[in-house]
Amino acid sequence: MLSRIDTKTTYLGSMRPQDLLVPTAAGLCCPIAGFHIDPVRGVDRALITHGHSDHARPGHRAVLATRETLDFMRLRYGEDFAGATQEVRYGETVRLGRVSVTFRPAGHVLGSAQIAVAANGLRIVASGDYKDVADPTCAPFEPVPCDVFITEATFGLPVFRHGRPQDEIAKLLQSVRLFPERAHLLGAYSLGKAQRVLAMIRAAGYDRPIYLHGAMETLTRYYVARGIDLGDLRPVRGAPKAELAGAIALCPPSALKDVWTRRFPDPVTAFASGWMRVRARARQRGVELPLVISDHADWDGLTATVAATGAGEVWVTHGAEEALVHWSVANGRAARPLGLVGYGEEDDAQGEAGGAEA
Amino acid sequence: MNRFAALLDRLAYEPSRNAKLRLMTAYFAATPDPERGYALAALTGALSFQHAKPGLIRTLVMERTDPVLFALSYDYVGDLSETVALMWPGPRDAAPQPAPRLSEVVGALASLGKAELPRRLAQWLDGLDETGRWALLKLVTGALRIGVSARLAKTAVAALGATEPDEVELVWPGLAPPYEDLFAWVEGRGERPASRDAAPFRPVMLAHAVEAEELARLDPSAFLAEWKWDGIRVQAVAGTRADGRRVARLYSRTGEDISGSFPDLADALRFDGAIDGELLVVRAGRVQSFNVLQQRLNRKSVTAKLLAEHPAHLRAYDLLVEGTEDLRARPFTARRARLEALVARLAEPRVDVSRLVPFATWEELAAARADPEAAGAGVDAEAVEGVMLKGRETPYLPGRPKGPWWKWKRDPFVVDAVLMYAQRGSGKRSSFYSDYTFGVWTEGPNGDELVPVGKAYFGFTDAELAEIDRFVRRNTVNRFGPVREVVHEAEKGLVLEVAFEGLQRSTRHKSGIAMRFPRISRLRWDKPPAQADRLEALERLLRPDTESVSVRPRRRDRAVP
Repeated sequence: MLSRIDTKTTYLGSMRPQDLLVPTAAGLCCPIAGFHIDPVRGVDRALITHGHSDHARPGHRAVLATRETLDFMRLRYGEDFAGATQEVRYGETVRLGRVSVTFRPAGHVLGSAQIAVAANGLRIVASGDYKDVADPTCAPFEPVPCDVFITEATFGLPVFRHGRPQDEIAKLLQSVRLFPERAHLLGAYSLGKAQRVLAMIRAAGYDRPIYLHGAMETLTRYYVARGIDLGDLRPVRGAPKAELAGAIALCPPSALKDVWTRRFPDPVTAFASGWMRVRARARQRGVELPLVISDHADWDGLTATVAATGAGEVWVTHGAEEALVHWSVANGRAARPLGLVGYGEEDDAQGEAGGAEA
Repeated sequence: MNRFAALLDRLAYEPSRNAKLRLMTAYFAATPDPERGYALAALTGALSFQHAKPGLIRTLVMERTDPVLFALSYDYVGDLSETVALMWPGPRDAAPQPAPRLSEVVGALASLGKAELPRRLAQWLDGLDETGRWALLKLVTGALRIGVSARLAKTAVAALGATEPDEVELVWPGLAPPYEDLFAWVEGRGERPASRDAAPFRPVMLAHAVEAEELARLDPSAFLAEWKWDGIRVQAVAGTRADGRRVARLYSRTGEDISGSFPDLADALRFDGAIDGELLVVRAGRVQSFNVLQQRLNRKSVTAKLLAEHPAHLRAYDLLVEGTEDLRARPFTARRARLEALVARLAEPRVDVSRLVPFATWEELAAARADPEAAGAGVDAEAVEGVMLKGRETPYLPGRPKGPWWKWKRDPFVVDAVLMYAQRGSGKRSSFYSDYTFGVWTEGPNGDELVPVGKAYFGFTDAELAEIDRFVRRNTVNRFGPVREVVHEAEKGLVLEVAFEGLQRSTRHKSGIAMRFPRISRLRWDKPPAQADRLEALERLLRPDTESVSVRPRRRDRAVP
C-alpha cells in the first residue's frame, strides 16, 4: 500500500491530501511518516495537540508535544505515560521522514497547538481544539495558511456565539455582591477553563480568596508555577462553612450536583461553558447562573478561521460537522466530515462523580 | 432593554422565590424611571399590545439566514424565539444600531401598525445582543414565562421601601405604567397614590391550619363554623365610577383580577361593596368538584359552551365593605348579618351565602367534618374540603393572623406506593434526590407490575430527605441524566405513604389518573413493596358513587379529642 502511493505521488510530482493524512480508527494517521495525531488508542508515534484527556491518552511508545502538554500528561497519568517523549516549541519544525511538522499556538489551553503537516508542497493543518479569542493563560491562536484545514466543530452551529467573556465574569461578580451570604459554586473544566476563569476574575479586580475543589489543585498549581498569577487560592477542604459564605469556589462540572456541595451555605450554581448559550442545556444541568465562556471557537470564530487559513478544502471533526460542511461548501470550499470518533468535551461525558468526596 | 433582558435572563434560571425577589428589587433600585415602570408592567402582565406571531419572526430570520443552517439550528435549540435570538446575524453593511430602551419598545408596540412592525422589530434585533434579543422576542410574542407572579413583582417594589405588599396591592388598580407615582411613594419621595378605582381589592384574611389536639384548647362557643369549599377563594367587588358607569371585578386572593375568565359571574355582581367568598361551578344546584372548575381556568377564550356547561357561582363568606362603609373592623357576627341581608336583597341565583355548620362541642364539629353530607352539606359534600372556624367577635384582618380564624381540613387520602424514580432537586436541594415518582401495582402482560401514578417533592423532613437520598444512591438500577431509576421489586424497594387531596382522569399519564396535591406523608421502611396498594383501589375513587368506605385509598384516621 505504502509503496503504491509513493510510486504514484512520485509520478504525479504532487501529493493528494488523503495520502498525507487519513482518518483511521485510532485517529488521524500519516501513513508515509508513520505517526498519528491525538490517537484514541496506543500507537507507536503520537503527536498530541493538547492535554485534554480525550486528545492526550497514555500508552503510546513515543509522544511529540509541547512542554506543557507533556507536563499535563505526566501530571495526569504518571511519569511512565509514554515510552519516550520529545518536546517541541511553537514554530519549531520537526522532520519525520519525508514529512515536516510544525506546532503553532491553538489558543485553547496552556500548551495547546495546531499541527501543520507538510510534504511535497502540500500542507495540512490539524487544529486540534482551538479558539480565536484572548485568553490570559495561553498563547494566542495564529491562523496558519494551508491547503487543507482540519477544524473542530464543537460549537459548529450559528446559534453558538459566545459574546464577551468579561461580561459573563461581571455577571458572576454582580451576583456575589447581591447574595453576600451565599457561596457561588462555579463549575469549570479542571484543565484550562478553571485557570482562565480564575485569571479573568482577578483581572476584573476581585482579590478575595477563591476556593478550589481538590480535583483542580494540581493543575492549577502547575499554571501558577508556569508564571500565571491567580491570586489567593485556598482548598475547599477543611474550610469552615461560615468562611465559604460569600465566597467563590471552583469545581469540576461533575461536582456541582455532588454531595460535596453540601458543605456550602445555600450555594448558587454557576457553570462556565459554551454550552450555557442554549437555555435547555443550562436548565438540564440545573444551573442557576450560566456563564457563556468557552475555550472553543464559536460559529463566527470557526468560519472566520476557515477563511483566514485560505484553505481550499476543509475537513470537519468532532461536533456539529454538518452545518460547518454546509457553510464551507456554500462559501466555495471543498469540505467533508472526518467521522473521527472518541473526541468530546473534557469531563462532559463523565456524568456525576457518584457521590465521591474530593 | 439590556438591563431588563439581564433581569429576565437571571429570573428564568432562578428557582428560589426569595432570590427572585432580591433580583427584582435590586433591578428596581438601580433602574431609572420610566424604564423600571415598564419592566414592572411586563412582569405583572399589565402591558397590552397586539402580540407578534411566531410566523412573523420566522419570516424575519429566514430573510437573513441560510435555510439549512436555520433548520439545523432550530432543530438543535428547539425554541423558535431562542433560535432566532441566538443566530440573528446583525446588520450587514450598516452602522450598528443603538440598543432600544424598554420604554421605546413598549411605546412603539402599542402604536405601531401591523405593516410597520416587521421593519421595526428587525431594527431592534439589530441593536441587541443574544440575551437582549431573547428578551425582546419573549416580550413581543407575549410569552415571558419566567416564573414570576404579578404579586411577587409588586412585593419586590414594596421592598424598595418599608411598604407592605398589601399596601401596594391596594393602590394598584388606580395605577398605570410606568408607575412613577408608585415608585415615588414607595421610595418616600411622594404621596400615596389615590385609589381612584371604584372596585379596589382589599388584602385577604387567611387562616392557620389546626389539628384536633390544638382545638381542644379552644373554646367552641367563641367560634362559628362554616364549610371550607374546594373552589377558588375570591373577592367580588362592585361599585360605581364617578362617571356613573358600573365596575365589577373578581380578584384572586393575591389580588389578581380574574374577572376576564368569569364574565358570567362578574355580570351578576349588582351591589356596591366587597364580598369575600368562594368561586365554584354549580350545575343544577349542585356544587361541582374542583376538577370541573379547573376546566374554566387558564383558558384563552371563554366560549359560550364553556359558560353554559360550567356556570360560575359565588358562595359568600364575608362582607368587607358595603357602599362606602368599611365593615372590616366590625365583629364577624355583625359582618355576616349584613352579608345575609345584602345577598337576600340581591336575589341572584349565582350568589348565595355559605351556610353555617351548627355545633356545640368539638366532638360534634369533628363528626360534621367527617361526614359533611349528613351534617348539612348534602349533595355538595364532595366539594367540601374541611371546616373553617371564625371567631364570632373578630375583625377582618389582612394577612394570616394567628387566632381569629382556623382551617380544619379534611384528612387527605393516603395510598401506599412504591418509589420508582428519583430526580435531583434544584437550588438548596441540588445535591439531593428529592423529586419522587411513585407507582402502584397493576396487572400487566407478564403479571403484576408497577405503574407510575404521581410525583411528589415535599412532605418529608430534612432528616427523611437525607435517608431517601441515601437509599436512592445505594439502590440505583439505571440513570437517565438527573433521574435515577430505583430498585422496585416485590421484595426490594421503598414504600412511600403518599397523601393527596383527590384524583382526576388524565390521558397524559400511563396510569390514566392524576393526583391532586400529592406529598409524602410517611416512609414505610417496614413494608415490602409487594404490600403496596393497587391501581384498582385508586380507580374506585374516580367513581364517586361507589361504596368506598372500607376500600383503600382511605382517608387517614385521626383521633378526635
